[in-house]
Amino acid sequence: MSGPVLAVVAVTDGVPERASVEALALARGVAGSTGGALGAVLFGDPGAMRGAVAALAGSGVSTAIAVEHDRLTPDHPDGWASAIAQVAESRGAAAVVGAGTERGNDLLARVAARLDVPLAANCLTVEPGEVWAISRQRWAGSLIEDCRLDARIKVLTVAPNTVAVGAPDGSPAPALETAAVTLTDADLAVHVTGREAPERGKISLTDAKVVVGGGRGVGSGEGFADLEELASLLGGAVGGSRVVTSAGWRPHADQIGQTGLRIAPDVYIACGISGAIQHIVGCKAAKHILAINTDPEAPIMGVADYAVIGDLHAVVPAISAEIRRRSSSA
Amino acid sequence: MNILVCVKRVPATGGRIVLTPDGTDIDTRYLGFTVSPHEECAVEEAVRIVETRGGSTTVLTLGPAAAEDQLRDAMAIGIERAILLETDGRDWDPVATARAIVEAIRAHETTNGPFDLILFGNESADSGGFQVGIRVAAALGRPVVTGIKSLAPGEASVVARRETAAGGWESFELPLPAVVTVKEGINLPRYPSVPGRLRAKKKEIERSTPAWASGGLEKVSLRLPAAEITQAEVIGGGPEAAPAVVELLVRIGVLDR
Repeated sequence: MSGPVLAVVAVTDGVPERASVEALALARGVAGSTGGALGAVLFGDPGAMRGAVAALAGSGVSTAIAVEHDRLTPDHPDGWASAIAQVAESRGAAAVVGAGTERGNDLLARVAARLDVPLAANCLTVEPGEVWAISRQRWAGSLIEDCRLDARIKVLTVAPNTVAVGAPDGSPAPALETAAVTLTDADLAVHVTGREAPERGKISLTDAKVVVGGGRGVGSGEGFADLEELASLLGGAVGGSRVVTSAGWRPHADQIGQTGLRIAPDVYIACGISGAIQHIVGCKAAKHILAINTDPEAPIMGVADYAVIGDLHAVVPAISAEIRRRSSSA
Repeated sequence: MNILVCVKRVPATGGRIVLTPDGTDIDTRYLGFTVSPHEECAVEEAVRIVETRGGSTTVLTLGPAAAEDQLRDAMAIGIERAILLETDGRDWDPVATARAIVEAIRAHETTNGPFDLILFGNESADSGGFQVGIRVAAALGRPVVTGIKSLAPGEASVVARRETAAGGWESFELPLPAVVTVKEGINLPRYPSVPGRLRAKKKEIERSTPAWASGGLEKVSLRLPAAEITQAEVIGGGPEAAPAVVELLVRIGVLDR
C-alpha cells in the first residue's frame, strides 16, 4: 500500500482557493492510481479551517490536516514549508501536490528543498509508477515537457487553469486532524513585515472586460493616447507587450505576457502587436481577440479571431469616433 | 556590499518555437541567445546597488562554453567578475544545478569573503522550475524571498517588496546575507555602451567544470501544445473598418446596442 497523497489547499475566509481545488483534483487522480489515501493539508489562517473542511465534502479527501503552531501565520513561508515537510515525513507521504500559483510554487519549492527532492513545477498530467511520468509546462505553457520524476517523496505543483474539476461526488466531508509541528526560530525568520493595499479606483487589467493592448507599432508613449481613448469609451484598461514596457512607453505593471500579467477579458484588442509567444501566453485566455495590424502575415493573426489590416493610428481613432457618433445619435 | 547574480543562457524565441527532429530540444540554429528577462533585471539591480553603495559584483552561470556571451553581456553593463560553470550542453535538473552553484559559491566565499546578497531571476524563461534560488538559499542556510519587484538594501538587512495577487504590496525585511529572486519590472535594464562592451571582452572569466549529476527530474522530450492556430477573419482594412468593428463589439456584448 502506497503512502498518502497530500494536497496543499490554500484557504481564505473558509473557502479553498480555486487553483488549490484544481491541484486537489489532480492529486485525487494520482491517489486513485497509487491506491494511497488522499489527504489535504490546509494552508491559511487557523481560525478559518472548520469551514474549509465542510467545503471539501465530495472531493474524495479522507483526512484534512490542520497544522498547529502558536507562532505560525500565513505570512511565514519557511514555517509552512517546514510544517508541510514534517507532515509529509511523519505520514510517509508518497507525494505532496500544490497549486502552481506564484505563492504555491514558492511554498512547494521550499518544501522540496527541505526534503532534498526536486519540485516538478506546473504539471499538467501525472502517471505514477516506479518512476513517475509527468508532463509539465515550459516557457509559461508555450511548450510542454514530458519528464520522469524519481524521488523519495514526489513534490509537484499543478499548472493553474489546466485541470478540470469534476462535480462533487457523494464522498463525505473529511475528518479534521491536527498535526503538531516543531518550528525553529530560523523557520520563522522570513515573514511579511509590511503591507500596502491596492490602489483604488483603477480598472485592473486582470479584471477588465475589455483590454486594449499596444505593441511596437504604437511607436511611442504618446502614441498610447489613441488606445487610452478607446479603452475609456469601452470601460476597459490599457496594456502592452514587453517591447512597450522595455522601451519605457508604459509602466511594467501594464505588461501582458510571460513575465507580466495573464489576462482573460471578453475582448482583447491587440494594436500593433506582432504576437511573440511570450505575449500570446498572457492574452490567449481572452474570449475574443481582435488584431489591428499593418501586416496580414503577423503571428498574431494565427491567434486572433478577427483582424483589421491597417495603421492602428488611423484605425483606432476611427473606432473611437464611430462609438461616439453612435452614442450621440442614439 | 558584495553581490552575486546567477543567470541562465536561454534561446531568444520569437513568434514560434521549432523543435529538433528528435523532439528533445528547441531548434536553435536560427535563434539568438539571451538570459531570462527576470535575470536581466537582476543584473541591472546589482549594478545599480553597487553604483550607489559601493562594493563588488559577480555574475555566475551554469551552462555550455557559449554561455560566456551572456556573462560578457552582464559585464558590459557593469558587473566586474564572472564565473562559468561549464557543462557539456546536457540539461541539468534543478537539484543538480543548485548543488553545483552552492559548491561554487562556497569555494568563492572561502577565498573572497561572503556575498551579502545573491540575486536570481524568479524563474528561468525556458524550464520554469521556480526553485534554484530557494534551493541555494536553503543549502547555505540564508533567508530567501521570491518574486521581488523592489529592493532597498541597508547596512545589515534588506527590505524586499513584491506584489500580491490582489494588486497590493507586501514587504519582507531580511537580515544579510540573503538570497532574493527578482521579477522583471524591478527596474528597466540599460543597454550596454560600446566602451562597456570592449571592456567586457577583455575581462577574465573564472571557469570550472562540475560533473553532471542526476537530481531526480529528467527531461524525456518536448512537444508543442495541441495546435490552437486559427486564421483571423479580416473584417476590414484601414479606418473604413470602424463601423464593422463597432458592430463586432456590440455582438460580443461589450458595447450597448
